[in-house]
This record gives sequence, C-alpha cells and structure tokens, in this order.
Amino acid sequence: MNSREITTQISKAADLLNLKKWDYGASFSNDYSVQVDKGEAKQLKASQKQILTLRVWNESNLVGITTTSDISESGIKKALNQANIASDFGNKNERTEFSPLANDPIKVKDLKKRNPVGIKKLLTLLREAEVKLLESHESIKSVPYNGLSESFYERVYANSDGAFRSYTKSQAALYLYARAEEKDRKPRSSGSVKLGYGVDDLDIESCIKDASNKTISHLNYSSIKTDKYLICFSPESFLTIINAFSSIFNARSILDGVSLSNKNSIGEKLSTEALNIYDDGLHEKNISSSPFDGEGTPTKRLCLINKGRIENFIHSESTARIFKTTPTGHAGLGSKVSVSTDWIVVEKSEENLDLKTSLDHSTYDGEFVYIEELNAIHAGVRASQGSFSLPFDGWLYKNGTKISIESATVAGDIKYLLKNIVNIELNQEVTTSGVSPHIWVDELSITGDA
Amino acid sequence: MLSSQIKSNEIEFGSCNKDLLEEIIVYGMGLGAEFVEIFIENTDTASVLAEEDHITSVSPSFGRGAGIRIFKDKRDGFVSTNDLTKHGLMRSVSQAIEMLDITDKKNREVFNGLNKFRDYSLSKRTWIDEVPSIHEISEKLLVSTKSLKKNNKIITRKGSYSRNLQEVIIASSDGTYTSDIRLHQTVGLNVIASDAQYRSSGSRRFGSSGMPNEFRLWDHEKAANEVFESSMNMLYADYVEAGQMPVVLANKFGGVIFHEACGHLLETTQIERGTTPFENKLNEKIAHESVTAIDEGISEGSFGSLSVDDEGMEPEKSILIKDGILKKFISDRAGELRTGHKRTGSGRRQNYSFAAASRMRNTYIAKGEYSKEDLINSISDGLYCKSMGGGSVGATGQFNFAVEEGYLIKNGKLTNPVKGATLIGEAKEVMPKISMCGNDLELAPGFCGSISGSVNVTVGQPHIKVDSITVGGR
Repeated sequence: MNSREITTQISKAADLLNLKKWDYGASFSNDYSVQVDKGEAKQLKASQKQILTLRVWNESNLVGITTTSDISESGIKKALNQANIASDFGNKNERTEFSPLANDPIKVKDLKKRNPVGIKKLLTLLREAEVKLLESHESIKSVPYNGLSESFYERVYANSDGAFRSYTKSQAALYLYARAEEKDRKPRSSGSVKLGYGVDDLDIESCIKDASNKTISHLNYSSIKTDKYLICFSPESFLTIINAFSSIFNARSILDGVSLSNKNSIGEKLSTEALNIYDDGLHEKNISSSPFDGEGTPTKRLCLINKGRIENFIHSESTARIFKTTPTGHAGLGSKVSVSTDWIVVEKSEENLDLKTSLDHSTYDGEFVYIEELNAIHAGVRASQGSFSLPFDGWLYKNGTKISIESATVAGDIKYLLKNIVNIELNQEVTTSGVSPHIWVDELSITGDA
Repeated sequence: MLSSQIKSNEIEFGSCNKDLLEEIIVYGMGLGAEFVEIFIENTDTASVLAEEDHITSVSPSFGRGAGIRIFKDKRDGFVSTNDLTKHGLMRSVSQAIEMLDITDKKNREVFNGLNKFRDYSLSKRTWIDEVPSIHEISEKLLVSTKSLKKNNKIITRKGSYSRNLQEVIIASSDGTYTSDIRLHQTVGLNVIASDAQYRSSGSRRFGSSGMPNEFRLWDHEKAANEVFESSMNMLYADYVEAGQMPVVLANKFGGVIFHEACGHLLETTQIERGTTPFENKLNEKIAHESVTAIDEGISEGSFGSLSVDDEGMEPEKSILIKDGILKKFISDRAGELRTGHKRTGSGRRQNYSFAAASRMRNTYIAKGEYSKEDLINSISDGLYCKSMGGGSVGATGQFNFAVEEGYLIKNGKLTNPVKGATLIGEAKEVMPKISMCGNDLELAPGFCGSISGSVNVTVGQPHIKVDSITVGGR
C-alpha cells in the first residue's frame, strides 16, 4: 500500500469501529550499509522497514495509540482496535488535539533526493577510504569502527480532518574511526563523520583527512593535573552540551518538572548578551531536515536565546495550548507527545562588548584546555539538576604548544557554564548536529591525574 | 530428502513452517551461500507511564519481520524485511547473495534439511494471557507513585512499566530449527526532590524474564522507600573532590562497571575489531586473584536469561575469569568463524533488523569471603558508591561511570553523601586492583546497547573494593 491507500484504509477501518477522529504518522525506508576490515567486506546490510503509529480519539475525547510494522489491511484493523482499547486509559488531565497548523503550508527544501549507488559501490568506496586512512600514517594500525550507508525514506502525516503531508528523502553517511598505536604507548583513537544527501555528495577525502589528523594529533599525550581551567569548546562539543541541556527550552520538560526552567522563565538571563541560540530544522546545512513534525506542524526557525535571555520554548500541540501559544514544529507522535530540538544554531549577537576577543583558539598563547569532543553524554549529564561530568578528547595549550590530554573529565553546571562564557568566536562551523563558533568558558573543573 | 508437503506461502507463527524455511535455505545454498540463517520475529509490547497520580501514557505496539543472514568465506550479508511471504524472504536471500557478490554457485557446504524441531515455546503460549492487563498495571503504578509522595520536597514522581513478548523462529543451514517465546517485564520508579537551590533524583529499575506473574509480586513499597531515601540522602550532598582514591562499589548494579569496562572487551566482536587488550591473554592473569567472573544465560527469571540464543543455541554458563586468569571469551557464530573461539550461546540481537553478535547475558563477579563492613573498614579515606548511574567505554578501553549515590569513607566509616562523582579508568589497569570481594552477590537488570542493538542483560557483583581509581568531581 502507498501512503494514500493507507490513509483510505485507515479511514474505512475507523468507520467500522465508529472512530470519528484519528491521525497517523508513518515511515517507509530502505537502508544499505557496509563495513570493512583491512580491505575485506565485514558486514553488508540492507533493510526494508515500515512503521505506522496510529492515534484515535474515543467518545470521551481520550487518545489511544498503537504502533505496528504490519501495514496490511488486517494489521491496520488490529492497530486501530488496540488504539481504541488503549484510549480507555487516555490522559484525562492533559488533552491532546490535532495541531492547528497541520494544514498550514510547509516549506519543502530543494529535496536533492539521490538514487541508490548500490552495495558494490559502497563497498568499493569504503575499502578505498580505509586503505587511504591506513596509509596516511604509520601509527594508524586499524580502522575498527567504520561504515558507509545510504538511506531512502518517506515520512507521512495524515488525519481525519483531511490533513495529508509527506516527503521523501535520501541520506548518506560515512564514519571512520582510526586506532593508532606506538610502542610502549597507549593506543589512541579518533574519527570523523560526514553526512550528505547521497553518497556522491559525501566529502570522503575530508573525512579521511579529519580522521587521520585527529587521531595522529592525540599520539603525543600526557595526563593533566586536576584543577580549574580556562576552556575553549569546539563547535561540536558546545553543541553537544547545549543539546544535552535542551530541556531548558522544552515546554514538555517544564510541565514534567524535569527542566531547569519554569513557565515564567521567558526573559530570564542565562548568559552573556553576546549569545544567540536558534533552533533551525530547515537550515540549509541540515541534511536530516524534515518539513513537518510528528503532529504535522510545519518546521520553522525559532529563537531560543536572544542576547543571553530565554526567548522561546519549543512546543507540541498540547504544551502550546497550555502555554497559550502555538506549536513550534518540535513534536513527536506518541501516547505522550515528546518534544525535542532539531538543529541548533549558535551565534554571536550584536551586543558583544563584554567579550574577551583576544581569546581565539588559533592564536591565543596563554594556558587553556581545548575540548574537541565530549563523550558518554547519556551517563554524565543530569539535565534535571543542571550538572555534568563528562570525559572528553582535547588538548592542553600551554606556552605556545599543545599536548593531547590522556584521559580526563570536565565537570560543572550548565547555568554556571552559560554565565561564564567569556568569548564567542566569530566564525561558525557546520557540524553534524548544528552550527556554532568556538566558545570560551572561564573556570571549569577538569579531573585528570590528581 | 526434503518434505514434499504442500508448501505455505507465508510464515505463520505457532504453525509448522519447515517446508517454507527449507525452501528458502535451499534457494540460498543453490545461489552459492555457504551458510544461510533465517530469524523470524513477532513482537507484542506494551508500556505504561504513571506521573504523579495519573496515567499519562499507554503505548501498545506490534512488530513482525525477518532477518536473513548469508555467510560466504568469512564475510556475511544481512538483510531485514517486514515481508514474511515466501516471495519477500526469497527476495531478501537474493539481495544478500548479490551484496556478497557471490557468483560461484558451486557449493562445498551441503544442506541436509532441518533437524527435528526444538520448540521452547510450547509451555509459554499462555504467557500472553497471564501477564497483567493494562488496567492492573495502571492500578499498581498509581499506588507506587502515591507511595513516593512522602514529603513536600518530592516534586516529581514517575512509575513506568514495559512488557515485551517476543516470539522467534530460527532456522539455518546447519539444521538448526527452533522456536521460542521470550517475555521481559521491567518496572521503574523515579523521583526528583527539591529544596531551595538543592536538587536530587532517585531511581530504581527492576526486571525479569519469563515470569508472567512477577510484576504482581513486585514489592512497590520497598522500592518506593529505596528511591525516596536515596533522593533525600543526596539532596544536600556536596560535590565530591576529584582525586585518586580507594572505592567500595556496592553490589547489584555496581556490576555495571565490570560489564562495561571488562565484559565488552571479552566479546569476540572486540577481537574481530582488534580493540580488546585481552585478545592474546587467554590463560593469563588479567585481574586480581580474588576475581572470578561469569557470564551465563541460565539463571531462572534473570533479565538476561534465555532458553535459546538468537542463533538457535542453548546458552551455557561461561566462566570468563577464574581467580584472576582469563579463561574464555563470549562468542557467537561469526565470532567462532572469525576468531576461533567456540560459541557460548551468546548470539543476541535487539530484533529482526539486527544481525546477531556476541553479547553478554547475566554477567557478574562471583562472591568472595568478606562482609561489606570488612571492605569499608579497610579504607581510611575513600568513596563508597552505593548506586551507580550509566557509563560508557571508549574505543581504546577507557571507561567512565557516574555515581548516582555516593558517600565518603573516613577512617573505615561511611560519612557524608557526595554527588557529581565519576569513576574513570581502564579495565586492564583496574581489574588487578579489585582486591576484596564481598559475600553478598546480587544481580540487577539493565539494557545494554551495542553492535546488535539494545538487549536485556543483568549485571551483578558482591560489594567489591578497588584499591585505587580516579574519581572525577569538582
């Protein structure tokens, strides 16, 4: 069945169950991926997947939901029936409705949908990339984590009020993580990820170069003394920390009592006036952009922090109604609708006189710690308490030289971190999760060797 | 000779699918595959969330699909699909053959038909009717969240339940033909406490496999008391001061450190990648002589137990480390093929869309001879990690783990609670420093994410003492 036929089938089956109100989200995907090990194909994978999430409203306007991968006539009937049963347990204290924006026009970017190149080409390209990475430096002994994939998918949202929207996309990804070893030294590992609309759009050479340079740059390592340091966050690591604490902007988290913000936090000063943060799912560099969210609300650019102050929260239909505003295009589709950010854009505002602009990661010759990449986010972040303690890859810059840090964690509090931003560099860099310049923060605790 | 009965054109759960499965395997072997494996799955899951005094989410879901794996030489091709018709399965086989670029249809391997059906599901078909209803689950979760409301410092209360009933059929060209039904139930309680600028959280999760009645027997009052006390103890805790120090890790979930830091390095997937420091250490000392570590899938009701693994092999009890000596690796079919380590019944996957890989099941450090007090009394200045949060291991073996509930040890006694602690180290450096093991082994359920998705496991240990480890803090 195609998406139109599914909609018709659901409508018919809903009529039989006397269900007047329903909506659904569906996705259909074909994925292909390869991994290699020293020139040999290791695992080659392909998958065809379909998934349908159905919501129904019963006579008491309570919502029930079911998810299924069986999109046959009988599968759809079963799912509707189960959703109807589940609606008896629908949340009586927080109603859910269709998004009032589910019929608004959506901005569909130039789709740049590519055709599959096929497993054989994926394998050839990855083999070549592995060889080049291994040959790039004598200390690189293996590329234990690697993969090249391409995906083709369609996403659909429709409801019983006649809303219907869908889009199709393609996406490709390459990751290369190299392992370098030298005699009597600990092995070091680092890597790079690149995304594109298709395999031919991937900058494979730059992925190889990045993975090699990053890995080699960590070969000369040393432990770091446990202390407080001036920190420079790479664009990637700053985006990681902002995403980890995005519950600050999340209306769902606020209502659930797990955010550091509350309903009255709009306007609260979080940081230097030099900081602006946006969520911009439709950003031209966001390969994974979606023109609408799980409830069919169009995706849009939203300012989260304006000149250091909270400007907006991200919403689903129900949180927007509670906050007396409109949905922002950040909802999932579930029994309890989740809300999440899409693509964070960090920039320097016009109000930046209080910054220490001499802090530039490429020229500053004082002592500081450069955090290249933060790890183990799921373990080291307590979003509801605002604290973090995270291992990282990075360097200690001292007296004009830099040395890789052997193994260390950075710990602190997100509100302290935001308040202690002392510089926002001018140049923004595009990463796989957003856009940000380098960000400098004064006095964060680093634990290395005591 | 293969059966010549009338063949079905679609997989039917609870029925004999032998003819159709044989036909698919014969088809794959005829195209030049050395080995063909078919994994077919039907799932029925439900989750319920209670927040404060309301049910806020009920989410049933259903899924069915197949994972087809073809081996040629030491390479494998894996295709997953939701299409369980004969046409769909054969198309997947063809796709896997094409991916592996198999052009030589001559085959050294011979398929002699599927063996006698091993049906582990027979006594489990009634489970779906025996598990608690959504109504029953909701009632108990609401009683549980009510039990968490012990004072006005508790600002959020949550109870969550999820149940996964998974029926699998596994057939492969070595004759394996089996079916099983797996039931996993898990329930968790979480609170956030707040007082002025102070905030803390507490959480516990409980889980079982193959025990439909287990949720009904769950002692929610005891669980609520534990969670509440943990959050209150930590509410006004200071941040721990970073440094090197001896630590005592509590039993049950304290075992997550062994699981993450050492257990993963004993999976053959890590040998294949060349990312384990223990690759050539079989029968060598890799840990303190007080350490014996086990991985097994047979403890009744434990979250990581199974009747048969996802490659059709019954799980065994594997002694990984005996008195500090490395004795065995955790291996699956591909691991045996590529590293030579015999399969251990550890081929596991999240669902049909993942190829099985060598994964832990119930993994724990065996009990020793000391009491918890013996361990604490032996430390003049250190840290007691009563409850561990999550953790991770880097590509070169460094690990880090958050301590959810910690207390300073001063002169052999527990003193102030401390927060923000992270344990940092490397398995090969820390394992020799586990100098004392308690006599109070207990297991705890968890989910482990890795190459073949998220699988149910248990971690466990008695109280253990690590002589020195880096503690991250402020």
